[in-house]
Amino acid sequence: MALDQHTLIEKVSDKFGTTVSDFIKIHDILTFEVEADSILEVMAFLRDDTTLRFNFLTDLCGMHFPDAEKSRQFSVVYHMHNWVDNVRIRIKCYLDGDAPEIDSVTSLFLSSNWQERETYDFYGIIFKGHPQLKRILNMDEMVSFPMRKEFPMEDGGRTDKDDRFFGRQTDNYKN
Amino acid sequence: MADDLLLPPEQRFDAVIKQNQNEDGSELSILNLGPTHPATHGIFQNILLMDGERIMDGEGTVGYIHRAFEKIAENRPFYQITPLTDRMNYCSSPINNMGWWMTVEKALNIEVPKRVQYMRVIIMELARIADHIICNSVLGVDTGALTGFLYVFQYREKIYEIYEEICGARLTTNMGRIGGFERDWSPEVFKRINDFLEEFPKIWSEFENLLVRNRIFMDRTIDVGPISAEKAISYGFTGPNLRAAGIDYDVRVMSPYSSYEDFEFDIPVGKSGDTYDRFCVRNAEVWESLKIIKQAMEKMPEGPYHADVPDYYLPPKEDVYHNMEALIYHFKIVMGEVPVPVTEVYHAVEGGNGELGFYLTTDGSRTPYRLHFRRPCFIYYQAFNDMVRGQMLSDAIATLSSLNVIAGELDA
Repeated sequence: MALDQHTLIEKVSDKFGTTVSDFIKIHDILTFEVEADSILEVMAFLRDDTTLRFNFLTDLCGMHFPDAEKSRQFSVVYHMHNWVDNVRIRIKCYLDGDAPEIDSVTSLFLSSNWQERETYDFYGIIFKGHPQLKRILNMDEMVSFPMRKEFPMEDGGRTDKDDRFFGRQTDNYKN
Repeated sequence: MADDLLLPPEQRFDAVIKQNQNEDGSELSILNLGPTHPATHGIFQNILLMDGERIMDGEGTVGYIHRAFEKIAENRPFYQITPLTDRMNYCSSPINNMGWWMTVEKALNIEVPKRVQYMRVIIMELARIADHIICNSVLGVDTGALTGFLYVFQYREKIYEIYEEICGARLTTNMGRIGGFERDWSPEVFKRINDFLEEFPKIWSEFENLLVRNRIFMDRTIDVGPISAEKAISYGFTGPNLRAAGIDYDVRVMSPYSSYEDFEFDIPVGKSGDTYDRFCVRNAEVWESLKIIKQAMEKMPEGPYHADVPDYYLPPKEDVYHNMEALIYHFKIVMGEVPVPVTEVYHAVEGGNGELGFYLTTDGSRTPYRLHFRRPCFIYYQAFNDMVRGQMLSDAIATLSSLNVIAGELDA
């Protein structure tokens, strides 16, 4: 029997109560929010439970919301996939803007190793318990986190190119 | 064993060096394989701790050609992001292009005509063949057989001529539009595809005969760089590399996009996940791709070559030169002044190397709020150390080659 959405929501909310919330289906993927402290338990449950069977961590990435309230300025988005029933889910964890920290899931999925390093590299999100949290795509000497929204895409010192003439601004996300 | 693989190399290397200290007066050495070594086929470095010819441990360093695609994508409207996707897996760029258009169409709720879907299937399967031609023939080169490589590369050239006929470009194709193609395919395109379907099978079976039962090739690849199915899943393997380990996961079958459900084809799987199995799975996939193209050519429906979405689909070029409205629309669309809903989508396609995913979040502005590429190479390349530990240096080269790690996709 294929895993349906109601069973999934029921099982997860029964087990974790209010730490999981905001179930919503966006296009074809069920999305929900998990409190950052319990992500490791939730993902272990999703992976090991005999009816849920989310055996594959498809994707892990960070996001930055500088205009949101302080406690929700960063998020880590996980995509998991159940290969038996072919169901995908998306899990979001919102993190504090000043000290974004979340548990590493490297103990559950080896694939999260580099993906967490990448997320740290670009957003400065600390994955607690990651065995080797260091930069991966950028150089080690770098001090900023380039995918944060305040980081300008182009060198601010350039005078030969005026962005206004190209119909774009460095803070496009505000429009 | 698996746990300590994730530790920093300093700690791991120290432990191995201590274990092997002066047993017979020999010493371990550290070898840099890359960043610019012809055998890595791309710019990434492997620091290997060697005992003579045997690899005791290793550490991969990536990021040498990181071009900040995700950051650039946050500052560009949809049409200007396709050229970025070209430059990820540049061996099969049409798959990346089509994957991106399908993601955008999903976000904008655009339904594309059947003809477009079939055309996309054909072009994606051609790209997959081109990708596998490169990987498999280069594996031959790395194990000492240059002939097959030069022989089948003529046919990669033929595929590139088909691309050229469709969109004018060869390697970084930037093909298609939101909702379809820039123009209908000319009779010349169909002729070329038919010619390819006729000529290529003979060439490919000859290439197979050169290597599949070749004693030297088998000795060099069987039991080289194996990975178990369980580990492959944990490491996030997808595509031919996962299927070589015996798991029949294929995005085309699991979540069919672009009418893949209309076609009959098999998913070839291997058994042991070693280099030879990866080679055989890719070989077999080329046959399956040919089957799909043949079916799509036979069943090709008549109809428009693009969806009727004037808000997103660029007006015809002739009109842009002579008609004010068309010029305005052209400019508006290219600059991203189009209605975009606030939404988020994840769309995956079966790329040359595995599940190529696009996670697009929009906030209603002209650019994506966030665009994340799930790049299969980046995810499975971290298993490389695990796979070559305890193997010979020359085996590491064959393993790397059969994994088909493309630096452009690795680093984005």
